[in-house]
Amino acid sequence: MSDAVILPIETVTTKVGSPAARMAANPSVVTGLLLVGAVVAIALLAPLLAPHDPYAQDLTRRLIPPIWHDKGVWFNPLGTDNLGRDYLSRVLYGARISLLIGLSVMVISGLIGTALGLAAGYFGGRTDLVISFVITARLAMPVVLVALAVVAMIGGSLPVVILTLGLLKWDRFAVVMRSATQQVRSLDYVTAAEAAGASRSRIVLGEILPNVFPHLIVVATVEAGSAILLEAALSFLGLGVQPPLPSWGLMIAEAKNLMFFSFWLIAIPGTALALLVLGINLLGDGLRDVFAPDGRS
Amino acid sequence: MASAAASAAVLEVEDLSVTIRTPAGPLHAVRGVSFDVRRGETVCLVGESGCGKSMTSLAIMSLLPETATRRARRLAFAGADLAGATGAEINALRGNRMAMIFQEPMTALNPAWTIGDQLVEVHRRHKRSGRAEARERAVDLLGKVGIASPVERLGQYPHQLSGGLRQRVMIAMALMCGPDLIIADEPTTALDVTIQAQILRLLAGLQRELGIALLLITHDLGIVARIADRVHVMYAGAIVERATAAELFARPCHPYTRGLLSCLPAPGVTEAGTRLGTIPGVVPSLIGGIEGCAFRSRCEHARAGCAQAVPVRRASATHHYVCVEEVAEMAALGEATA
Amino acid sequence: MSALIEARGLSRTFSVSRGLFARRATLNAVAGVDLDVHKGEVLGIVGESGCGKSTLARMILGLLPPSSGTVRLSGRDIRVMPRRALARRMQPVFQDPYSSLNPRRRVASIVALPLAVQGSHSAEERRARAIAALDKVGLPARYADNFPSQLSGGQRQRVAIARALVTEPEIVVCDEPTSALDVSVQSQILNLLIDLKENLGLTYVFISHNLAVVEHLATRVAVMYLGRIVELGATAELFRNPRHPYTQALLASVLTPEPGLGIPEALLGTASPDPLNVPAGCPFHPRCPQAVEMCRGAVPKPVDTAAGFAACHLVTDAASRAA
Repeated sequence: MSDAVILPIETVTTKVGSPAARMAANPSVVTGLLLVGAVVAIALLAPLLAPHDPYAQDLTRRLIPPIWHDKGVWFNPLGTDNLGRDYLSRVLYGARISLLIGLSVMVISGLIGTALGLAAGYFGGRTDLVISFVITARLAMPVVLVALAVVAMIGGSLPVVILTLGLLKWDRFAVVMRSATQQVRSLDYVTAAEAAGASRSRIVLGEILPNVFPHLIVVATVEAGSAILLEAALSFLGLGVQPPLPSWGLMIAEAKNLMFFSFWLIAIPGTALALLVLGINLLGDGLRDVFAPDGRS
Repeated sequence: MASAAASAAVLEVEDLSVTIRTPAGPLHAVRGVSFDVRRGETVCLVGESGCGKSMTSLAIMSLLPETATRRARRLAFAGADLAGATGAEINALRGNRMAMIFQEPMTALNPAWTIGDQLVEVHRRHKRSGRAEARERAVDLLGKVGIASPVERLGQYPHQLSGGLRQRVMIAMALMCGPDLIIADEPTTALDVTIQAQILRLLAGLQRELGIALLLITHDLGIVARIADRVHVMYAGAIVERATAAELFARPCHPYTRGLLSCLPAPGVTEAGTRLGTIPGVVPSLIGGIEGCAFRSRCEHARAGCAQAVPVRRASATHHYVCVEEVAEMAALGEATA
Repeated sequence: MSALIEARGLSRTFSVSRGLFARRATLNAVAGVDLDVHKGEVLGIVGESGCGKSTLARMILGLLPPSSGTVRLSGRDIRVMPRRALARRMQPVFQDPYSSLNPRRRVASIVALPLAVQGSHSAEERRARAIAALDKVGLPARYADNFPSQLSGGQRQRVAIARALVTEPEIVVCDEPTSALDVSVQSQILNLLIDLKENLGLTYVFISHNLAVVEHLATRVAVMYLGRIVELGATAELFRNPRHPYTQALLASVLTPEPGLGIPEALLGTASPDPLNVPAGCPFHPRCPQAVEMCRGAVPKPVDTAAGFAACHLVTDAASRAA
């Protein structure tokens, strides 16, 4: 091109910024990351942080209140439960259960839902019809009731809860991925890849998936939070994780009879649960905002 | 602007500026634009995307987005001040004495209402007329904009009409209250060429017949040449050249106007298959403002003086342009390089 | 001269939903198109929205299977050609440079995609060829690691053209390549296409609704209306002496920047072409100012003209007129 010499006024500023910089500037992401990061750190470092064995019972030291209470002692900073187990240790170890559940369910349901959604959105036609029917059928099932029934039949345990929730909670992944894929599929860069002779797997994995990824992240965080809450609910009903595992939901259930005498037994795991889910949801919201404004979207 | 002309002006705009708040700083979308539109004439604002032509029209109609602020030394409709008018006063004018036609009639018409409801509603709201009277006027106007069997069309919804018909409905709607001014923002850009010609012919005919002042905003120099009485060429938020259509195309003076015209393949003028003229570079960022001539970064005649305030030069009484160089000198330069 | 691309009896219908309870309607996007593209020419295809020109382009590119008819590339049916072999010889450029580039890839990776698909080059070689292709379209190598969102519309379209050229194809199918661009950028891209054609000996199928652009670039022009080619001819002859009434109306509607001429009268009425409801007989007859009774009855056959053909009952054979 014979473009003439340009007398600069100022170059066009593209104030895109790296994703990391945009994340650092987003208060939701920062708050969410801090909360989730703290819980992850606690879960990883639980053996180092916990002052006692979370399973060790001492019936002589039952129901000691937390340290801010008049009768609190530093030996058990958050007190003990009705079996005399150190509550701080149990809460710290409980983070492991919640994160394990949230992550595993997210991965299992994410894989199922994303595969179905991508297939329905990309292939369309009859494939879409069949998958849409499966999604609709799944949406007609109440998750909590089915989970309760399954767990009641085969008996509650950590793997059963994870598998049950994982196999049930893929619906939102599938719905969101399907519509996002449909949108991206009709764009010219996908057509250009087809015209270049690209294989289906290359188009789906290289052209479509990276562009529907922001949607995936948002759904994944919402689902992880919801899985954690569902596990707590199942455990509370006695149909989730079984004692003596220190699950926050189970801890609340075990404390429900003592609610009026020893309120902290419910308040402490409840607060931990709420903070973790809040953190995950804030992170999801923030990441959506960070990923969305990309040129024009 | 001559004061004698201003007295007949339906719309007067003097030193209009629009600034938009952006995360990167204030974006000066419109920078000191002045023009007027007189009764019975067609004035075109022409320029490429981002030149501020649409922002100018939205500023006149008080339809700017919330992040934008408008400043003007004078902004008057039929002698009455618009800049200081209240929301209610503006509402009483909009759709009534000043009407607007948009690029995409499908989004400008309410999809949940029939054509008839929308036409009747605008008349009843502004003219406090009865339903029957408004309906009669709607039928009359649909016929006038060339819609066959207007009575049946009244009961149809916008999605049942083709793009060309929808734009005819938009024109009828703009005419419902007998406006003094119509602002048409790219009214035919979404339409096919044959339909475009029909719509423009219709608009121009009605404008002449009813003596309406028409402010037409477009990027298409072909439309400008065929429809405009007077033209204002906009670049980077400012008017760089103003002239009658005949003068502008006969003797474009500003380097930007000349560049733009050289970019167009013109049958009989440009030889098929040969290279067209180009304007190198890109439009400068309007964030933070620009000193001097905004075109200098792309101008082949640019020199040191361009960075300072640039004088307005007169090619004739009605033909002004903003450039450091006199056009005669530039023409000589252009021929020397050609 | 044998044709590089031969399309014969090409048709494509789509089944369109018209609401929950209505029967699905059939949209005849392209109906029985015969078309040859010769080596080294620029075949312009013009027509208004819904005339089927983009559908035709996608069938020529092998991206959309025809409902009936065949496309042959150098005599071979493209349906039996491997996708990649076809991709090496023919590449598209699309209208919207915003949606035609994957926003998550860097420029070099976008341009190198067709090479990556071919799988015949190392990563370094792909990058080197991508940068060479960028250089051909006038984009310096420093843009190679930018994302599309950091480029202007014109620069994006250059990237799209570089991607089309990276496998060194013979044919580039341009679907409205400048329609989304400003006039000053449009002329840069048109100049680029002209230069590339001369330097690389390319053949273009150039689809546009902008007649001035087609007249400038094309050597032959096909005019489409409701899925059919109604007139085809050498550009200069077709623009000087259009035979089909639709071509005449189309050309008359072009607004050249010549003041004082006013807005032309197209005489087409307010009916608009609806591909869901193609009229019987000549599809143009409801809008045709010259329509006669015969036009309502039969679809007109192509009649030879000075430099091509016109499908109109009122056009008489060039040979018989001369006689």
